[in-house]
Amino acid sequence: MRMFVVLLILLSTLIACVEERPRTLVFGRGGDTVGLDPALETDGESFKVCDNIYDNLVTFQPGTTELAPGLAEAWKVSEDLRTWTFQLRKNVRFHDGTPFNADAVVFSLARQFRSDHPFHRVEGAYQYWNSMSMSDVVSDVKRVDDHTVAIELSRPNAPFLSNLAMNFCGIVSPSAVRKHGADFPRRPVGTGPFRFVQWIKDDRVVLERFADYWGDAPQIDRLIFRSIPENSVRLIALIQGSIDGMDHLVPDFIPNIEGHPELRLLTQPGMNVGYLAMNMDRAPFHLIKVRRAVNHAINKQALVDNLYQGLALPAVNPIPPSMWSYHEGIDGYAYDPERARELLEDAGYADGFKTTLWAMPVPRPYMPQPRKIAQAIQADLQAVGIEAEIVSYEWGTYLDKVSRGQHDMALLGWTGDNGDPDNFLYVLLDKSATQHPANNIAFYRSDELHDVLVQAQREVDVDVRTGLYRKAQEIVFHDAPWAPLVHAAQTAAFKKTVTGFTLHPTGSKWFQHVRIEQAD
Amino acid sequence: MGVYILKRLLLLVPMLLGIVVLVFLMIHFVPGDPAQVMLGERANAEQVAELRKQLGLDRDLHVQLGLYLAGLLQGDLGRSFKSHAKVSSELLARFPATLELTLTSMLLACGFGILAGVVSASRKGSVMDYLGMTASLAGLSMPIFWLGLMVILLMSVFLGLFPVSGRLSTHLFIPEVTGLYLIDSLLAWDWPAFGDAAWHLVLPGLTLGTVPMAVIARMTRSSLLDVLKEDYVRTAWAKGLPERIVIFRHALKNAFIPVLTVISLQFGFLLGGAVITETIFAWPGVGRWLLLAVYSRDFRAVQGGVLLVALTFALINLVADVMYAWLDPRIRHGRGT
Repeated sequence: MRMFVVLLILLSTLIACVEERPRTLVFGRGGDTVGLDPALETDGESFKVCDNIYDNLVTFQPGTTELAPGLAEAWKVSEDLRTWTFQLRKNVRFHDGTPFNADAVVFSLARQFRSDHPFHRVEGAYQYWNSMSMSDVVSDVKRVDDHTVAIELSRPNAPFLSNLAMNFCGIVSPSAVRKHGADFPRRPVGTGPFRFVQWIKDDRVVLERFADYWGDAPQIDRLIFRSIPENSVRLIALIQGSIDGMDHLVPDFIPNIEGHPELRLLTQPGMNVGYLAMNMDRAPFHLIKVRRAVNHAINKQALVDNLYQGLALPAVNPIPPSMWSYHEGIDGYAYDPERARELLEDAGYADGFKTTLWAMPVPRPYMPQPRKIAQAIQADLQAVGIEAEIVSYEWGTYLDKVSRGQHDMALLGWTGDNGDPDNFLYVLLDKSATQHPANNIAFYRSDELHDVLVQAQREVDVDVRTGLYRKAQEIVFHDAPWAPLVHAAQTAAFKKTVTGFTLHPTGSKWFQHVRIEQAD
Repeated sequence: MGVYILKRLLLLVPMLLGIVVLVFLMIHFVPGDPAQVMLGERANAEQVAELRKQLGLDRDLHVQLGLYLAGLLQGDLGRSFKSHAKVSSELLARFPATLELTLTSMLLACGFGILAGVVSASRKGSVMDYLGMTASLAGLSMPIFWLGLMVILLMSVFLGLFPVSGRLSTHLFIPEVTGLYLIDSLLAWDWPAFGDAAWHLVLPGLTLGTVPMAVIARMTRSSLLDVLKEDYVRTAWAKGLPERIVIFRHALKNAFIPVLTVISLQFGFLLGGAVITETIFAWPGVGRWLLLAVYSRDFRAVQGGVLLVALTFALINLVADVMYAWLDPRIRHGRGT
């Protein structure tokens, strides 16, 4: 009898072991999601959840910003480059069971720009659609048949295709939007590899494997995004095992992770730039020699070593090296205080001059410690005779004032959206961007650059565009409206049992191909 | 008594109205345009103007205030600029977490604080007294941020006794009824979840309770020492009553009024959101949410949040006042101070 009981217990233990527990991956991040309607959101914490719920017509290839088919199997463009026709994938369903078709594409995009669309008016507006200038580019979206969609442009525009891969062009379930209305951002329904289960505000967002996904089935059953705002606590949670991965590592943590036998560190130069803009509308920055002198005076490597703990690259061009068309042939202005002093002397400023250096009041992804960066630059400039007083304002005020050109020199930066060079060069340095509120805060107006950039927008062939953007980088290097400072790296850390995750230049976090190896 | 409470409740109305107007004006005069902050580096004039219009920020200030008050009368706190969700539902999603944490830490603070105060006072000048008061001084002066991290390192990482952060382990799920996990897990008759939620409460509860605990201990001690000098206590001793009866039945009840004041104030402060503790322990409460709302100039979220905090603060004060009356009949009958 006793033997029987022992056997029974052993058997039940065995059964318990065999019973499969859901494979759950918990990802720790610094903040909560704001909402989950891809067209409405503007922040990274919302997008990294949306990445896994929604699909786009076209998508980025892993690790690069080159494009690949998504919900559209194929596409072609008309001869006048103004009509793009997309062939949609068949037998795709939304998480709510409704079919994906041309109507869903038209609904998802048209609601963002057609003012008579029943879902056009939303509080806060469709910000990305506007900020990516889609209103100026897209004139119509039409259903050709159930599985074909045509998008008409008001003018040929090559970066448009990259925009379609961005979160705001994610395809939403029209029936779910109609059903939930203003609450759709809290009840998201897409076609992506994971479906939404639960959101506990400021705590966690829970997603579940979508069994009917059209593409490769996800390898994990549950994906949980947990908000752990305090950086060191997030790291402790990873080391202790309550989360499986995390992003936004503070540079100080890197040695802890590199030295840990069970953790893996991932880094990649981010698609961003932190720069010092010199206001060319103000003396003496209208003089090219002064701008070049400032470029020679700044020790960028020291900034990277001391203020980014090596987690950044010194910048040479306005676009980061992870972006196609990056010009490796440009060496940049070397750190050379002697040369800087000579240039100042040539420009008639042998005794230097007094000026202001504006610094952001808040950490930004491309510049986590703007105040300290400003102090380092201040010291570098002083060494060549330039007395720069550091000025700072509350963030909103800062942006407003620099966009009006009230600064002499100002620190700022940019994080790329769609992986297209146009998104850096045209947005930040074209002469059209000097109008209030200016994104071109160097107030650099070059007709030569403008012609090249506009021509590149009208060209579809990637090779031709590459040549044009290389030319653009040469022009910017010659004129030196900025001192490009750094490209900050993006980072993530995972347990070694988690495989298949790759960082993407856009900052997207896709978990479709992630596996968890069971530790025996 | 009922009339007294009713009067106090009615007085809340003008007070809250005053707070609404004050907060409304303050946040509008703080530099920083929400539209500009929301659009960040990507802003252009048209978009900022369009967004301001969408958010209703282009109207005159008095019109905005009027619309807000009109909404308020219908129980509508508006929608958050940032998340576009109803402010009331945003608050409702977070307040239970704050409430549960605050109640836990106040329970710990009152229990340990009063006990320490009583022991110190009744053994004045003893080693226990010095130990208790030194500990409470340390509790008062310790930066919560540092304390929280040290507690996590010691208790979770080195000893592995408690979870690092959050309210509940990720593999558990509690159907939400009240939002208070201890109660909801009991309602669902889910004992593992109850244990897990209680386990998650210990470290943040202790961390948040440190300062109130120290304040309560010191106040109990000094108040009790005063009372112990009173004639009636000497009489009680002279009657030969045991120490337990003298202190707990005769002295403590009278020494308790100033302690109650301190408790209600501390309770109010904690409910207003324990930003630092919430941040360290990834506790999804009101405090951190309100702080982020201020940063992003989310006017409506800030207004709604401050209103909630003010209301709870006022209600706690009301409860404290009612308890004074219960503790001291002179207050009830309008005599004495």
